[in-house]
Amino acid sequence: MAIATRTRKSPRRERLEAAVNYPIDWLEERSGLIGGIRYFLFRKVPGDTNWFHTLGSATLTAFLVQAVTGVILAMYYKPEPKTAYASIQHITNDVTLGWLVRGMHKWGASVFIILMFFHMARVFLFGAYKYPRELNWIIGVMLLVIGMLEGFTGYLLPWDQTAYWATIVGINLNGTAPFLGPYIAQFLRGGAEIGPDTLARFYSMHMLLIPGAIFALIGLHLYLVVRLGVSSPPWSKEAAGADWVEEQEVSTDGRRAGLTRPVPRNYVRGQRGDSA
Amino acid sequence: MEPEHRDQPHLPGPTVYPIGFAAGVATLLVGLVVSPTVIAPIGGAIAMPAPATAPAVPADVGEAAMPPPAPGERFARSRFLEGATLGLGGVIGGVVTVPVLGMALGPAFGKQGKHRVDLGSIDNFPQGDWEIAHFFLHPDEGEVTRRTAYIRYNGLLSGKPSFTIISNRCAHLGCPVQPNGPSFPDQTKNFGTGGGQEVTLIKMLPAGGFGCPCHGGQYDTEGNRTAGPPVRSLDRYEYAIDNGHLILGKTYSVAHVDGTGSTAVIHRYGLAGPGQHIDGWEQIFYPLQPPH
Ligand code: HEM
Ligand code: FES
Repeated sequence: MAIATRTRKSPRRERLEAAVNYPIDWLEERSGLIGGIRYFLFRKVPGDTNWFHTLGSATLTAFLVQAVTGVILAMYYKPEPKTAYASIQHITNDVTLGWLVRGMHKWGASVFIILMFFHMARVFLFGAYKYPRELNWIIGVMLLVIGMLEGFTGYLLPWDQTAYWATIVGINLNGTAPFLGPYIAQFLRGGAEIGPDTLARFYSMHMLLIPGAIFALIGLHLYLVVRLGVSSPPWSKEAAGADWVEEQEVSTDGRRAGLTRPVPRNYVRGQRGDSA
Repeated sequence: MEPEHRDQPHLPGPTVYPIGFAAGVATLLVGLVVSPTVIAPIGGAIAMPAPATAPAVPADVGEAAMPPPAPGERFARSRFLEGATLGLGGVIGGVVTVPVLGMALGPAFGKQGKHRVDLGSIDNFPQGDWEIAHFFLHPDEGEVTRRTAYIRYNGLLSGKPSFTIISNRCAHLGCPVQPNGPSFPDQTKNFGTGGGQEVTLIKMLPAGGFGCPCHGGQYDTEGNRTAGPPVRSLDRYEYAIDNGHLILGKTYSVAHVDGTGSTAVIHRYGLAGPGQHIDGWEQIFYPLQPPH
């Protein structure tokens, strides 16, 4: 009877649970948010995923660190040719923990890019870019490109000799693109000559335009990850096309599932009868 | 025809709760500033009482607002509203997008801009000597507009002073090229020429021409490429002599230079960015340049 007594809740515990659940229920009834969180987090993943599957989340974490530290740096940074370098020195030497937050942002930038490449390599080597996940690969490529643009625009901001000349070379490199190159270079410089407008527009792109686009694309990227489900590693016995495809033949909408469609939610592992 | 109402009150009945709540919160916030112990709790008390919530009516009970449309049926009003939303949305979107894009992309089509840099009396330039000249394109914009040119006075050419004025912007990707030879900082001249312009002239001897620190591009003393990745010669400045002063004007690009000094033949083109071909077959890749 130990079980019975354990399932009976004490009045105190019941009151506690009611107190915890009340605000959650209140929110859920009015927003459906809890359901959204469940949809996002409590999904089925293949049993044989491994640590390599965490590289995407690692990239996401790196990006969030950049976003948070960047917002704080923006409270002290002054995007003006006459003040930019001095304000960076001020952040590094005077502001409380400024050296740390700036260091996190500076080194984190490289971590973010490197993790993106690792994640991409994992997706490539696992063949996870194949149907129906090509669109997520395409979104990933966009993220890679604007992620590097984010690095390029951020590199100018310390406004020291390295930043200045690296940006000159980078802009002129864009200028050598066939046909549109000269206009792209002028657009990046904000005119024919590098000057105050160049710094201001790089700052605007670096802290508003590109991060906004990255957030939006990450949203799409994760939506597709949830919608399509995470793919199994290539060596998986559960790999698409294995013997259980037959059993999955009819999914809820009457079309074939398994090979090309995500496995229906009610699919239970071990049902196929070959494991045992 | 008037829709038929069954005499059923809405539940819960209308209430002034939202107004009371707003007033309560306002009182609370003001109270926190003026009197946290008296007014703030009163505000809190006003805001507290929650309205009665009626039990939810199940969806299949009660009357339908409107009979569902037959499959494929569309009302004229719904079609109008759809068109109005799309049309008006498009107009608003356009009205916002055009100026925003114009402002962001405008500089891509902007001109090089006029500048007129007074480098002081031509007596500062002994014949045959080279000077490193530092100056500001726009003195009011400060350090970012500081530029460097390498200047040699070639003597008179049919009665007029002739100068070779080479921009230090590498024709590969724009790094600052350096003289391959000694400079003499002890023979530096600093002077202002009005309008905030500060000129620095440093004597130098670019015996080996010019070299780029970034990727090793090499040029001779006329700015012709001799080695490395640059695709053409170094750019040059237009100049004029005004009241015995050397005045720099626009920069222009140079494919190559034949000969030297005052009699050199400069194959001149409009200003192009570093790395862009202006002659040879590769020029087809750069048919259009922003206006200069
Ligand atoms: C801002 C950068 C990125 C973030 C935050 C991100 C995040 C994620 C996350 C959290 C996942 C879930 C599965 C996993 O972690 O492996 C994922 C999956 C995926 N990512 Fe990314 N990613 C980024 C960039 C990229 C890039 C550059 C590519 C390739 C060009 C890419 C292609 C994919 C594909 C195809 C999947 C589906 C893999 C599967 O279902 O097994 N992503 N991403
Ligand atoms: S920028 Fe001068 S060689 Fe590349």
